[in-house]
Parts: sequence; structure tokens; C-alpha cells
Amino acid sequence: MSAEDSSDDGGELDLGLALTLGGGGGKEAGTSSVRSRIFTAFPSASSSSSSSTLSTANASAGTKRSAHSVAAAASQVVGWPPIRAYRMNSMANQAKTLETEEFNAIIKKNRSKTNNNDTNGSAKVRATLFVKVNMDGVPIGRKVDLHALSSYETLAQTLQDMFQQPTAPVTATRSSIQDDFMEGARRPSTVLDGSSEFVLTYEDKDGDWMLVGDVPWGIFLSSVKRLKVMRTSEATGLGI
Amino acid sequence: MDSDSRRTKGTVVHSAESTRSSPFPDEVLERVLSILESRKDRSSVSLVCRDWYNAERWSRTHVFIGNCYAVSPGMVARRFPRIRSVTLKGKPRFSDFSLVPDDWGADIHCWLVVFALKYPFLEELRLKRMSVSDESLEFLSLNFLNFKALSLVSCDGFSTNGLAAIATHCKNLTELDIHENDVDDKSGSWLSCFPENFTTLEVLNFANLSNDVNFDALQRLVSRCKSLKVLKINKGISLEQLLELLVCAPQLMELGTGSFSQELMAGQNGELGSAFNNCKSLHTLSGLWDATAAYLPALFPACANLTFLNLSYATLQSGEFSKLLAHCPLLRRLWVMDTVEDKGLESIGANCPLLEELRVFPADPFDEDIHGVTEAGFVAVSYGCRRLHYVLFFCRQMTNAAVATIVQNCPDFTHFRLCIMNPGQPDYLTNEPMDEAFGSVVKTCTKLQRLSVSGLLSDLTFEYIGKYAKNLETLSVAFAGSSDWGMQCVLGGCPKLRKLEIRDCPFGNAALLSGLEKYESMRSLWMSSCKVTMNGCRHLARKMPRLNVEVMKDDLRDDSHAYKVYVYRSLAGPRTDAPPSVLTL
Repeated sequence: MSAEDSSDDGGELDLGLALTLGGGGGKEAGTSSVRSRIFTAFPSASSSSSSSTLSTANASAGTKRSAHSVAAAASQVVGWPPIRAYRMNSMANQAKTLETEEFNAIIKKNRSKTNNNDTNGSAKVRATLFVKVNMDGVPIGRKVDLHALSSYETLAQTLQDMFQQPTAPVTATRSSIQDDFMEGARRPSTVLDGSSEFVLTYEDKDGDWMLVGDVPWGIFLSSVKRLKVMRTSEATGLGI
Repeated sequence: MDSDSRRTKGTVVHSAESTRSSPFPDEVLERVLSILESRKDRSSVSLVCRDWYNAERWSRTHVFIGNCYAVSPGMVARRFPRIRSVTLKGKPRFSDFSLVPDDWGADIHCWLVVFALKYPFLEELRLKRMSVSDESLEFLSLNFLNFKALSLVSCDGFSTNGLAAIATHCKNLTELDIHENDVDDKSGSWLSCFPENFTTLEVLNFANLSNDVNFDALQRLVSRCKSLKVLKINKGISLEQLLELLVCAPQLMELGTGSFSQELMAGQNGELGSAFNNCKSLHTLSGLWDATAAYLPALFPACANLTFLNLSYATLQSGEFSKLLAHCPLLRRLWVMDTVEDKGLESIGANCPLLEELRVFPADPFDEDIHGVTEAGFVAVSYGCRRLHYVLFFCRQMTNAAVATIVQNCPDFTHFRLCIMNPGQPDYLTNEPMDEAFGSVVKTCTKLQRLSVSGLLSDLTFEYIGKYAKNLETLSVAFAGSSDWGMQCVLGGCPKLRKLEIRDCPFGNAALLSGLEKYESMRSLWMSSCKVTMNGCRHLARKMPRLNVEVMKDDLRDDSHAYKVYVYRSLAGPRTDAPPSVLTL
């Protein structure tokens, strides 16, 4: 998710969600360097890297295995660690309801990393908020933890990482999230079917589909149920 | 092989073709065989001779179908005319981890339609990883007048409206078990659909659902269902309300609490304790969301008889956890969160000598800063719990030496599922692969049936597995292996292998095709993000017509690469309901 994970190709920032799956300068399937995120982390004994998966978004050379990058990447890989989605969501909701001082105390205690095995314990329960993300044209949805993100920008970046390969390091752009998408959409597309215009929408608690980015981040978090990356042509009536 | 030999009740028809070797009339044989419950026994019996085959099929009342696409509803109905109870499993297991598209299939409806015709007296339906719509649930509730037990585990496609239909129409319902499904939770009003004169419920599990039910309705339901043995409520129900329920149902054997953290009024803590004290039959306890130390002592009176304690949703720390465990000497199954850490695991070893099953779940899988549990805690458990035979353990570090010690202490493992959460992580002390760890598991634990491996693993691990794991039936592999040889070893060994699921490993066509002969004796093979190609899969499909070879295409750009492959044996031929993203070769 951070800059260090992006590909080392030069080129323009592309925050659009065009399906540039062949991207990164048109490199082929099978070459290790642009393929999977950290999970080409095969043992050095291995002869070659893993095959790519859409789910493991694309990034730089896969053999980096620093704790930080792995941790960042661990949350990017679909279905790993193998914990039922139900359980993950359960823990998320559970953490949210722990509004007591005790909860806050636990969190405070765990801010400082400690190796102490003592009984003060480190029951850190980070409040997660996993929501489903679907994209037009992609059969399998993903889940993204919104509480791990801080803003619409990071959301855009995360989704981009999930559904396509970034062609350039993320630079801090200030534009609204929809501008980012539209900007990407205006770029020449390399998608097979020729269409590359997408917008990001979400379903709120009332079941209505809204354009992402209109309300403050915090309000968005409290009302979002799930996300959908829609083709602009399909997203009528959302005030685009 | 399935002669449709119909018999009129009460008359004995001697089979013309066989020289009767046994003096028993069919009815006696049937009566004897009807005592058999084990699937394996029944399978063996049906192979003895035609008479036994027929007697078995007429006496079978429960059918288990491990893969809903291995056989068609019609075939089942033709072979077994007297089924009262069906268990069906659908999607590949990795669908639990979002690796399978929502529209993949495993829809229950076509089964229900056949059942309505052939098994109108069906009583029980237990589904796992099936797609179940509200329409199907309503169909079920209206077409089976004697329907008694519905269990939905890890299913999807339905909402609480479907549950409302079940509650409304199933007059003889004894069991409603809704467990870890992807339910569209619209409202809690489904519970109020049980009629006021309905009293037959024995099992009610709605912990899965988050919307509040009408508590008064629940309380009246619990009060009038005198046979209620299992009650697992949802988070919305407070401690105070739990107290009221316990007072109405002291006969409970299994209890799943709601939220365990609201403030109780003065005196209620004592009342809660005595309510638990009155539940003399309680042997299983779960729920305990948000459990806080203050209220755990209320559980102590109930702990003496507990055999199964599920704390996997309670973020307990080692101190309060140890105090609780001190009261649970008879525990056989324990599920916890890794918030209890190694100290907590030590207290398991110290307090639970009868423990047979331990599952440790990560509270926050994505945070590397969390200590969680380590090999030290696991070793401590193994010293104290020599009867341990089932473990599911999520951790961030492990060593070969620790695992060797663990299996030395507990050689009877039947299920060993170790998940080192960082893919490809070596022994953190020696920096070597974890090959020797799993080597020691398969060498020592001769009864091993199920194995999940993790960490940095070379082909050597799979050499060990193929060579030593003679009873292994299920193997799960992720981010492991060096070459095709690894998978070839497994397929060449492991005579009892039934399910093999692999993701993100460097196994390709040579590995896939080395199992040609073996796949027909297995239930299924899953390979995703490996190095298998479409050509390899097509070759497999061509060579083995009795296997269904399905490829899920996610990667729109790469036609040659077979992204996700699911291979399974089937008597029903290729399925006709595959969505566009699933190619049947």
C-alpha cells in the first residue's frame, strides 16, 4: 500500500481503475518482477516465482520479505491467513462495540510495542471494518478494511492496487477521489474490451447507491455497507 | 448395479438371479443393517453382494454427499428410496476465504425439487457451503410436512426472510442451526414468526445474526420449548436478558451467550452465578462476546461439567483466562483467541489434562506487532495435555524443534493444522525451512488424517508426507514447495488421500498430471495460483472422462494460464449450471 511497494517503472501516476492488467509496461505473465506482491516470496530454493494472481495485486520484485512490507502485503492477499470471512467480520464488529474505557486502555497499552510476556497482556483488538468490493467485469469480489485507511486517497490507492497494477509510485495528489478515477479513465486504455471508464460507488445503510467522495470520510465510514467499481456507462443517476 | 427391485411391504421376494446363500429373508437383513450408522460400514456392506446392496439401500435413512456435484439428485433418489436425513456439501473449502466467485453454484434448489417428489417425509437437511435462496427456504418449509432439522453452515444466498418462512411453516421443527453464514440480515422479526403454540424446538442457534430479535418472543419461545437443549443467542442479547433465559431453561446442555459485558445491577451478578449453577446439564459454552473479567466468575459454577468451551470470540487476557480454566478440569475441546498468549496456553497445560482439541485463533491477523502465541505456548500445552489429537494453531513464529517436541508428547494427532501467518517464514531460530517440523509430524503421528502446512517449505516436506502419511485424507498447502516433485511425492504416496487443496505453490502440469490415476479415488483437488496451464488441464480432462475439470478464469488477460483449477470425480458428468467464469473442460 505504501510507495515502496509500487512498481519501479517510471511513468505517469495512474489512479484510474482502468483494467490495465497487462500493465507495467506490457510485461508478460510469468516474469517475476511485476507479478505478485510479496507472495512470490518463495523459498530461495524455488526455481521461479509463483504464477500471478489477480488477487495478489502487482508490485515490485517479489522477494522482498521485510516484516513491514509483508505485513502490508498480508492484508492484500485474498484469503490469507485462512480465516473465515465470517470470523473476520465478527471480530471487526466486536471491536467496534467495545466503547468502554477498558477498550481504550487496552489500545493505549498496546501502542508501545513490548516483548513482555507478562500478564498485563496485549489484547490488542484493532477495530476493523471489512466491506466487500466488487468491480464490473471481475467475478470475484474483494474485501477491504476501511478502518485501516485514513482517507479517500488511500482508499483509491488500495482499490487500485487490488484490481490492477499501478504503473507509477503514488504521489500525493490532492484531487478529489472521483477526479482521480476520471483522470485514469481518460488515459489510453489497454483493456481488451476497450472501455476503461470507472467510478467508485457505495451502498449505504438505506440501500442506496451513492458516489464515493461526496461526504466527509468519517460520515462515509459510518454509512457504507459495500463498494462497487462501476463502469461509468452503468452508473447512471448518480450525478456524474 | 441399481436394480430397481421394488418390494411390497410384508412380502418376501426371493431374488431370482442369486442363489441365496443366507437363510435370512430380506426384511431381517434389512433390520440388521438398519442398525448400521457409519457411512463406511454401509459402503462396505453394499459391496458384498446384490442382496446386501439392496438391503442396505432400503435400510438407509441418512445420506451424506460430500460434493453436491459428484452425483445428481435423481441418482440419489433412485438408489436410496427411504431417506429421512440429508447432508450436503457444496463449494470448495477455499470459498470460505473468498477464493470462489459468489455465483459459482452449489444451489440447493434442484435438490429440493427432487426431494419434494421422492422424499416428502424428509426430516433433516444439513448444508455446508451451499447457495440457499429465500425461495428455497420457503419451498422447504411448505413441501415437507414432517420437516424437523435445518442446519446451515457457511452457506450464502439467503436472508432472514427465508428463516421467517421456516419459523412460520415448519410445525414440527426441532432444530434450527444457523452457523457462520453469509446471511442478508434484514431484521430480527423472523423469530417472532414461531407460532405461540409451537413447542418442539430442541436446538436453536442464531448467533450468526446481528439484528435484534424481539426478546419477549424469544423468552416465551424458550419457556414453552421444554425440550430445548441447545440455545445459542446473538450478541444483541444482554447479560441481564441472558439471566432471564437461563432461569427459564435450566435443562440446557449447550449455551451460546450473547454479549457478556453490559453492566449488571447490584445482586444480578450473584443471580447469574446461581442461574449457571442450576444448569446441571451444561457441557458446552460459547459466545461470550466482549467478555470482561468482572462477569466471568458468574460462569464458574457451570464450568465443572464443561467439556467444550469456545472462547474464540472473547478477547480474554491470560490472567482472567487462567482463573476461568482453573474451574474447568473436564475440558476436552477448547477454542481461544491468541490474546491469552503463551501464559494462557501454559495454564491450559496446567489445568486441562483431558484436553483433546485445541484451536487458537488470531485476534488481529494483520498486525505484526502483536505477540500472540508462540511455539513456547504450544509446547507447554503438549506437556500438559497428552491426549491432544486435534489442533488448529495460528502463530507468527515456530521452530522445527518445538514441533518435534510437541508430537513426541502427543503422538496421537489426527488433525494437525498449523498456520504460521507470514507466508514462507522459516524456523525463526535456525532460519531453516520448516521441513523437519512436518517431517516429525508425519513420522510420529501415524493416525494423522488431516494436515495443514505453512512456513518456508521445500519439496522435502512433501517427500516426508508422501512417504509417511499413510492415513492422511486431507492436505492443505499454501506458499510452499520448490518444484513439481513436491506434489508428485504426495500424489505418489498417501494412499488414503481424499482432498488436496493447494494455493500459491510452484506446482505445474507435470505435478497435476502425475495424479491422473489417483484423482478418481479422491473427492477433489483444488489448485490456485500455481503453474498449471490450460493445456495441462485439458489433457487431464481428456484422459480422465469421469473427472470434472473446472477452471475459474479471473485473469482476463492470460488465456494459457489456468488460474484456479478444481478437479473432482463425478458420476453425474459435467455440471450444467456453471457460471460464465467457470470453464468445464
